[in-house]
Amino acid sequence: MHGFANPARFLRIATWATPLCLIAGLLIASAALVWGVGFGPADALQGDVVRIIYLHVPTAWLGMMGWSSIAIASFVEIVWRHPLAGIAARAAALPGAVFTALCLITGSIWGRPAWGTWWVWDGRLTSMLVLLFLYFGYMALAGATQHDEAPGQGQGRMAAIFGLIGAVNIPIIHYSVLWWNSLHQPPSLSVSGVVTGTGPMATSFVVPLLTSVLGFTLIYTGVVLARMRMILADSQAEARLRRKAMAAQARSGALAEGW
Amino acid sequence: MTGTGLRAKHQRLVLLGVALAVLLVAGLLAAWALRNQASYFYVPSEILAKPPEADRSVRLGGMVVRGSMKDAPDGVTVNFLVTDGKQQVPVRFAGIRPALFVEGSGVVAEGHWTDGLFTADNLLAKHDEKYTPREMQGMTTDQAHKAIAETK
Repeated sequence: MHGFANPARFLRIATWATPLCLIAGLLIASAALVWGVGFGPADALQGDVVRIIYLHVPTAWLGMMGWSSIAIASFVEIVWRHPLAGIAARAAALPGAVFTALCLITGSIWGRPAWGTWWVWDGRLTSMLVLLFLYFGYMALAGATQHDEAPGQGQGRMAAIFGLIGAVNIPIIHYSVLWWNSLHQPPSLSVSGVVTGTGPMATSFVVPLLTSVLGFTLIYTGVVLARMRMILADSQAEARLRRKAMAAQARSGALAEGW
Repeated sequence: MTGTGLRAKHQRLVLLGVALAVLLVAGLLAAWALRNQASYFYVPSEILAKPPEADRSVRLGGMVVRGSMKDAPDGVTVNFLVTDGKQQVPVRFAGIRPALFVEGSGVVAEGHWTDGLFTADNLLAKHDEKYTPREMQGMTTDQAHKAIAETK
């Protein structure tokens, strides 16, 4: 892991990994969407409304994975003080928030015809909305403390601590439909159900759905890598400007002394 | 790296691990304390065991018993039974029913519990975790697997 903490090595890998993830992700995700929406089966009870699942489940997965990656990166940032970990956590926040919002929007659009309501305050929907607000809080905190000297120290550590505390919500989202009676249905996908093909969801839904999850995950990874490169480039440009300003100051100081 | 640097790193690792464990236990305790309050609806056996006051607005959830749905002569009122597998209670609703509200499927009714009858002001259809293609509707699981095997 220490090897990846080197920004120069990270940039060498990210240079080709970013476009690779983005292009492969776009191709796989659009193939899965065309497959599921255009050629997949309609559900026996829901009819064509079921097709929004190929967008809803990947966005929900990435909303939760986004915060999980913030939490893991924050842990590494605090314990090992890897500068790249803090950058990774900050880069993961915005795409995570976008996917969480998309999950809430697509779920709401599905809920109106399926349940008969746009929104209810049950355990799953409420904890997912809390996740969106946690993202907003994290981005505000990370933005307010980003100009501190070193990551993992001083005020820069506050965002990392917030990222770790917020991770408590992730298991709550997952178990909300099992602990409490909720309008949202319990999980349809499980490892054993997918492998044996006997889960509650028929295989003709599972295959395009998992393809879509893979495609959107690659897109998410590509966006996070691109944002990490952006943050690195920003800090490099800032450091260069600071050096220039200091050199100019030193020169004018020397001139003043010479007179 | 010096010895003190390593020690500080391990100290942070242990401290953070303990803090996270405490945080997780606190979160689980809070969720456990919420287990009744955070439920979105009562199921029939709960509402029979501990009936809410008649003027309180509550939600009742469960499966619509097959063959129990009966339309009243006025054309808008429907009577049906809701079950949680253990007990069942009668529900009356007058209004527009959601499209997925059918016998044998999940339902959440919002309304009042008075003298053994649940009067619903609003009905929400609850979808379960099962997703079945329209072509395989009515087949048993074995039949469906046979149908899939034949097309391969």
